[in-house]
Amino acid sequence: MADADSAPGVLVAIAVGVFALAFPFAASGYHIYQGAQVLILAIALLGLNLLTGFNGQISLGHGAFFAIGSYGAAILMVKFGLPYWAAIPLASVVCFIAGFLFGFPALRFGGLYLALATFALAVATPQILSYKGFDALTGGSQGLTLAKPRAPFGIGLTADQWLYLVCLACAAALYWAALNLVRGRVGRALVAIRDQPIAAETMGINAALYKTTCFGVSALYAGVAGGLSTLAVGFVSPESFGLALSLAFLVGIVVGGLASLGGALFGALFIEFVPNLADQLTVSFGEGAKALPGAIYGALLILVMAAMPTGVAGAARAAARALTSSRQPKVEKGGVNVAAKYERKGEAP
Amino acid sequence: MITRRTFLQSSAAAAALAASASSARADNAPGVTDTEIKIGQTMPYSGPASAYGVIGRTEAAYFKMINEKGGVNGRKINFISLDDAYSPPKTVEQIRRLVEQEQVAFIFNSLGTPPNAAIRQYLNDNKVPQLFVATGAAMFSDPAHFPWTMGWQPNYQTEAKIFGKHILKTKPDAKIAVLYQNDGFGKDYLIGLKDGLGTDHAGMVIKEASYETSEPTVDSQIVTLQGSGADVLLIAATPKFAAQAIRKTFDVGWTPVRYMTDVSQSIASVMKPAGLEKSKGVITGVYGKDPTDARWKDDPGFKEYSAFIEKYMTPKDLIDANAVYGFGLGATMIQVLKQCGSDLSRANIMKQAASLKDLELPMLLPGIKINTSSDNFSPIRQEALASFNGESWEQFGELYQA
Amino acid sequence: MGEFLHQLASGLALGGVYAIMALALVMIYQATHLINFAQGEMAMFSTYFAWKLMDLGEPYWFAFFATIVASFICGVVIERLVVRPFANAPILASVIVFIGLSLIFNSLAGWLYGFSVTSFDSPFNGRPWFGAGYMSAHEAGAIVVTLCVLALVYAFFRLTPLGLAMRAAAQNPVSSRLVGIRVGWMLAIGWGLAAAIGSVAGMMAAPIVYLDPNMMGGVLLYAFAGAVLGGIDNPFGAVFGGVAVGVLGNLIGAYLVGDEVKLSVALAIIIAVLVWRPSGLFGRRLVARV
Repeated sequence: MADADSAPGVLVAIAVGVFALAFPFAASGYHIYQGAQVLILAIALLGLNLLTGFNGQISLGHGAFFAIGSYGAAILMVKFGLPYWAAIPLASVVCFIAGFLFGFPALRFGGLYLALATFALAVATPQILSYKGFDALTGGSQGLTLAKPRAPFGIGLTADQWLYLVCLACAAALYWAALNLVRGRVGRALVAIRDQPIAAETMGINAALYKTTCFGVSALYAGVAGGLSTLAVGFVSPESFGLALSLAFLVGIVVGGLASLGGALFGALFIEFVPNLADQLTVSFGEGAKALPGAIYGALLILVMAAMPTGVAGAARAAARALTSSRQPKVEKGGVNVAAKYERKGEAP
Repeated sequence: MITRRTFLQSSAAAAALAASASSARADNAPGVTDTEIKIGQTMPYSGPASAYGVIGRTEAAYFKMINEKGGVNGRKINFISLDDAYSPPKTVEQIRRLVEQEQVAFIFNSLGTPPNAAIRQYLNDNKVPQLFVATGAAMFSDPAHFPWTMGWQPNYQTEAKIFGKHILKTKPDAKIAVLYQNDGFGKDYLIGLKDGLGTDHAGMVIKEASYETSEPTVDSQIVTLQGSGADVLLIAATPKFAAQAIRKTFDVGWTPVRYMTDVSQSIASVMKPAGLEKSKGVITGVYGKDPTDARWKDDPGFKEYSAFIEKYMTPKDLIDANAVYGFGLGATMIQVLKQCGSDLSRANIMKQAASLKDLELPMLLPGIKINTSSDNFSPIRQEALASFNGESWEQFGELYQA
Repeated sequence: MGEFLHQLASGLALGGVYAIMALALVMIYQATHLINFAQGEMAMFSTYFAWKLMDLGEPYWFAFFATIVASFICGVVIERLVVRPFANAPILASVIVFIGLSLIFNSLAGWLYGFSVTSFDSPFNGRPWFGAGYMSAHEAGAIVVTLCVLALVYAFFRLTPLGLAMRAAAQNPVSSRLVGIRVGWMLAIGWGLAAAIGSVAGMMAAPIVYLDPNMMGGVLLYAFAGAVLGGIDNPFGAVFGGVAVGVLGNLIGAYLVGDEVKLSVALAIIIAVLVWRPSGLFGRRLVARV
């Protein structure tokens, strides 16, 4: 779905767009709410994918930036009375700065160490959020409650529908922005830095600047998602932003497809609905097995990685290619040479 | 119980269900038909608070027992309990699913302060009863602002107030240290204690130390508190950390008078891991019968409880304080439904929940009665103080009422 | 002064547990250059296995050694079945697999044993040492066990042919194959050893932190901090790092920033070390030729 130039790609994009627009008028309140959650997750996944998929920096801690966006928007709305359409952009800018600043030390870490550091960030986030010194702003462990935004100018939409449309607009705009980013010089530079960092530097690409900016942008996306999530849920507290959230994001981009923007939607659908699905599977194991969904989720992760390493988007692309059976070269648009990743890496003796 | 529906089918089905429910009895709540009452709940079956999942399991078993005896006024109970992993966004989602998709009549005994705080506004806006929330946070007994939300257990501030008053009575020149969990639960104890001491004695609290649940131990906090030279310690901690605190105070040779939250009074989960010898002298507030206490061996209430466990749960659940808790909740709920008679509208369910008079339950201590009214949404307000003697909780003094 | 010593002592005790976990992490890193995010949950699961054996009536030391053996086998099996297929996949794939493993172990433990807190026996009972109660007998015993494990690991790698073969396989797989070393099995044994060491960590931790499926989450983070601080490719460094993190965490928490932000202290340690001295205090500094 990243190569939206091709006719099938455009058709799919239009079909998705039409469905997404029509959805809130056909479905019930609860499902619209779920739809909004999917869009919110997709925005966060877009951001993480830019960082990890296209730029190769593994982040296990994006829940922290999501939390900054969430709390930032909540504080601005509840304590400072800002309307949501001002609070969310402001909170996102704060996230950008936070991500950019985190990107500096991140330059020194290699892939696995960055994963470790961001893992630590994710584990420490709830603790930082509950810190007594911030209580006046954050509401401490009680959290902050806010009302859902109503549709403006008395348009006849329910709060749920309005929220969904706001999320849809943000998601579409951010997707479009990411698409342009990825297809342009910046995108190529990011991919070059990921695949051949030394050659990229030799070619004159300022790797440090690109990497830190990429971190900032990806944090911004997570921040927007966090802010929208505050609107949707109407409540923030430290418990909402634990390790599980960051891990879910990672799962989402891998299942959806690394370095595939369209895959973000698949990933979001996966992390939104599969835990519920696993929940229902355990009904047959009896009441005592309510803990099993986690195991099923974990097993599914491993299976998806084994069977579909390029994620759903990659599998879809492969299927489309097989159906149209055109002899396309292995290097796809976006510069992702996925096949090369699985070649045996020869080690120098 | 839970059926899988597609997006498009669900709205049609929900509408049909609402229509059929309303055609049966014009004023009944959604989820109520001539033959069944649908009840919804969220519980942490996974994630950090999953130890409390036993409560949901117990209630499911209790309702099964009631159904096998014919249900309530001819209606069986359809109990839908969903996992929210103690994560407020997930709780909101599951509650919306229960209310809008499953069309339950009301929400019963959902667990946790943040989860319940997240859904309170939504449920009150939609006039769905949020009954007997499984948390002692004082904020949920506020009928003036949230008329559809009600607690059940003695609230944390009340218990801490009782402790404070007891300290004033027995040790008026005490120096108090407090270990508390850094969330609403722990902070409520701090507030309640200072309340009970009164403003002119608030200075008795000389050191506070908090901890996060993601920490492995609280040993370091106990050492810090010991260093303050206090001679009274309030442990506002959940079971795992309470056990650590009790053990560590003994191990470092510190012997303050230890008061502990009733949330952690389970002998099996707290006193035994800490060490029965090391737990001697700990004081807590009690309102239920401890299942490991030989005193209740021939008590009819305990016999009823153990017969229930034997038939519907597993043997190890007998000594689980969460099972005792769930048992009491189930009984309270059934009483409310019985009182509703044939009017099962949400308004009447709420009204009956607020009209409990001197209700006694099998596993409540003798003398403790449940009472609610339109301006009292705290069903249990009495506690006795008890001290651990190495084997069981020994009650002393009279019942306190707050 | 008394309080300081107490903080120091309890920091040392916990640090011993972190040190053993860090050792397990180093084990896997040395063999595979991967950081095993599932190490904590595996250790927890092993501890439950030991608990079950004791519940069935077995004496402590039997359960202890049986668990070590069982964990070793389990580690080998996991490496062959689950980790091996992703050997040539990008790092991210392995990370996802580890996350999946940790979810599976956590949920399985919850399903099989419930989520309630249980006590776990310690082999070291008796009066607290040093009279003043600075350290319980178990905590002192845990430190002794840490040192024993460290000594055994050191002896294994330096003095046995198998240890030599493993080191060769990690450093230079191609040449090792040429001299006849079964590199694949070296990796599997590395995982087995790590799982065994992890189970010891769990069994030492459980009497202190109490046994429940979520007991290792915080411990794992501190172990990471310890391994990073000491050098993730150096066993001595890892042990030093683990103990240092335990002590530093307690002291900084008690005297500087407050006890409730100790996890953030661990985070700060990790970032600080990775920025200023990525190889850790005792790790080997790798220089890449451009």
